[in-house]
Amino acid sequence: MLKMKNATIAAAITLAWGLGQAAQAEPVKVGLMLPATGTYAALGKAIENGFKLYVDEQGGKLGGQEVQYFAVDDESDPAKAPENTNRLVQRDKVDVLVGTVHSGVAMGMAKIARDSGVIYIIPNAGADMLTGPLCAKNIFRSSFTNWQPAYGMGIVAAEKQKHKTAVTINWKYAAGTEAAKGFREGFESKGGKVVKELTLPFPNVEFQSLLTEISSLKPDAVFAFFAGGGAVKFVKDYDASGLRKTIPLYGPGFLTDGTLEAQGDAAKGMLTTLHYADELDNPKDKAFRKSYQAKFNMEPDVYAVQGYDAAQLLAAGLDSAKGDIKNKDAVIQGMEQAKVDSPRGPFTMSRAHNPVQNIYLREVVGKHNKNLGIAVANLEDPAKGCKLDK
Amino acid sequence: MDITTFLIQCLNSVQYGLLLFLIASGLTLIFGIMGVINLAHGSFFMIGAYLIYALGMYINNFALALLLGIILAVAFGYLLEWGFFSFLYEREHLLQVLMTYGLILIFEALRSILLGDDVHGVSPPAWLAGSISLGNGLSYPIYRLFISLVCLLIAVGMYVVIRHTRLGMKIRAGATNREMVQSLGVNISVLYRIVFATGVGLAIFAGMIFAPVSSVYPGMGGNELIICFVVVVIGGIGSIKGALVAALLIGFVDTFGKVLWPEGAGALIYLLMVLVLLFKPQGLFKQGT
Repeated sequence: MLKMKNATIAAAITLAWGLGQAAQAEPVKVGLMLPATGTYAALGKAIENGFKLYVDEQGGKLGGQEVQYFAVDDESDPAKAPENTNRLVQRDKVDVLVGTVHSGVAMGMAKIARDSGVIYIIPNAGADMLTGPLCAKNIFRSSFTNWQPAYGMGIVAAEKQKHKTAVTINWKYAAGTEAAKGFREGFESKGGKVVKELTLPFPNVEFQSLLTEISSLKPDAVFAFFAGGGAVKFVKDYDASGLRKTIPLYGPGFLTDGTLEAQGDAAKGMLTTLHYADELDNPKDKAFRKSYQAKFNMEPDVYAVQGYDAAQLLAAGLDSAKGDIKNKDAVIQGMEQAKVDSPRGPFTMSRAHNPVQNIYLREVVGKHNKNLGIAVANLEDPAKGCKLDK
Repeated sequence: MDITTFLIQCLNSVQYGLLLFLIASGLTLIFGIMGVINLAHGSFFMIGAYLIYALGMYINNFALALLLGIILAVAFGYLLEWGFFSFLYEREHLLQVLMTYGLILIFEALRSILLGDDVHGVSPPAWLAGSISLGNGLSYPIYRLFISLVCLLIAVGMYVVIRHTRLGMKIRAGATNREMVQSLGVNISVLYRIVFATGVGLAIFAGMIFAPVSSVYPGMGGNELIICFVVVVIGGIGSIKGALVAALLIGFVDTFGKVLWPEGAGALIYLLMVLVLLFKPQGLFKQGT
């Protein structure tokens, strides 16, 4: 009888353990929605590499759980965002949604994340709104807001560079307008004055008439927001117009990130601000750069860092929920309280779930954005319109 | 706006206008004179920019690279007409739109495979790299003035050939009545192949010569395509004089619009097009002028 009882208990234990195993073996489903084709393909690849690098460093597991990937190419097309997102959320039933580069696409993803409650991590898209009026309990960002680096540049231009007046110039679309606003807030908070905001329709690259306008306004400094081909052309045109000799040009890091090869000498010595820089000289960054280089055979960039940190953020959530991704409240709480040891330096999450992070001042030296030190430490986006609280 | 600034803005306008003419000139031939709707025109422009960038990696001489590029461009246009466009002259416009749209996708994909999606810069030749001072702390790159000169030469050259030579006469006649010209003993197929190749050549040449000031990036052709159609439509379809006048007009409207009314700058040139078409539905000039 006693023997029998023991056997039953043993069987029960075995069964329970087996069930536990089965629950344990259920992997965390991560849906990566990133651009795999088009202009932003390289950025999407860097984010994916960064994310997978961190997971691999943890032995392929986050919070003790296997990670299973699902991938969709978002083509950087906002019109296809709902359809693409639903493929991951409804068809593949992912637990965590990660994406993307393009802010318009991220807006579409955020809407579905809000409706479905799936945990969503934005590894690049900088639109202020995503952690502003559109913020939600289950939406996190591992990158930046457009406001952050621009605000930092405003502080630097007024305090360090001692400029009194400035002109901003940008494409008239969300990212450009948000950056110009950030610069103005930073610059004017330290006694500077933005005398004129010049804009041109996206993606127009005929700058000559506005350069002439700048020369007649004669400000102390110019702040520009352009990206990709526009950034290359603006920096070159600005240099060719001779204005750089008398009026220094500043911008957020995107003006000189990944474009230095094409800009050549025209960008030499330019100062920009961003939440990352080459040669940050902290142990975490050195280790990160080394293993990224070894694994993918290329230099990591800010996008790779953002992907890496998206995985770190998720790991913090899973750790707090003891690996149970279905325990959403615990995962979210863990992510909210995460202290992420990022290659860019440690950061925490703001009440709106955006990194509270250092903004670095960088100088273009050769083909590098050399770190000149912290422009603003632990800068938090004001997250206007977000109703979450810490 | 003081007088110096005003004059500099006028220079900007003329310079931008001439540039537009250069980009649109190939379309004037293919769409304006031959009547083929060619959405891939922007892609030819993009191909030109990438071509000079790629050639620049092997040939250290800008003029030589340009010359080689032109030869390749015309040959490319010739083959394209032979392989694709020659089947479409008698067909409806919708088929032309479909095929040329397909070509855009193919060219973009090929570009991505062959040269990647990065942004590149091309340096102007050393002897044109300097700039001249305009006062007001502003200087003007000599290369931009050089482009303007090239644009003017091409405009005059095209006008003379189309308007005042026997070849031009045959081309104009072919545009009006293909069968009649053929029955008069003109080999219209060969003639059109040459015109088409020249049109493609001009678009690619525009991309090459424009690359040092525009930088080279994916999707650069799409931005130019629409404005090219606006130039051709405002100027009057098939009119070279019209295209030049329209390009200059757009140059002025765009340049001063950006400064004086920045909120509306994106819409101004289309407003101009609407106004012109309201009063002159055929465009500013007649076909063949």
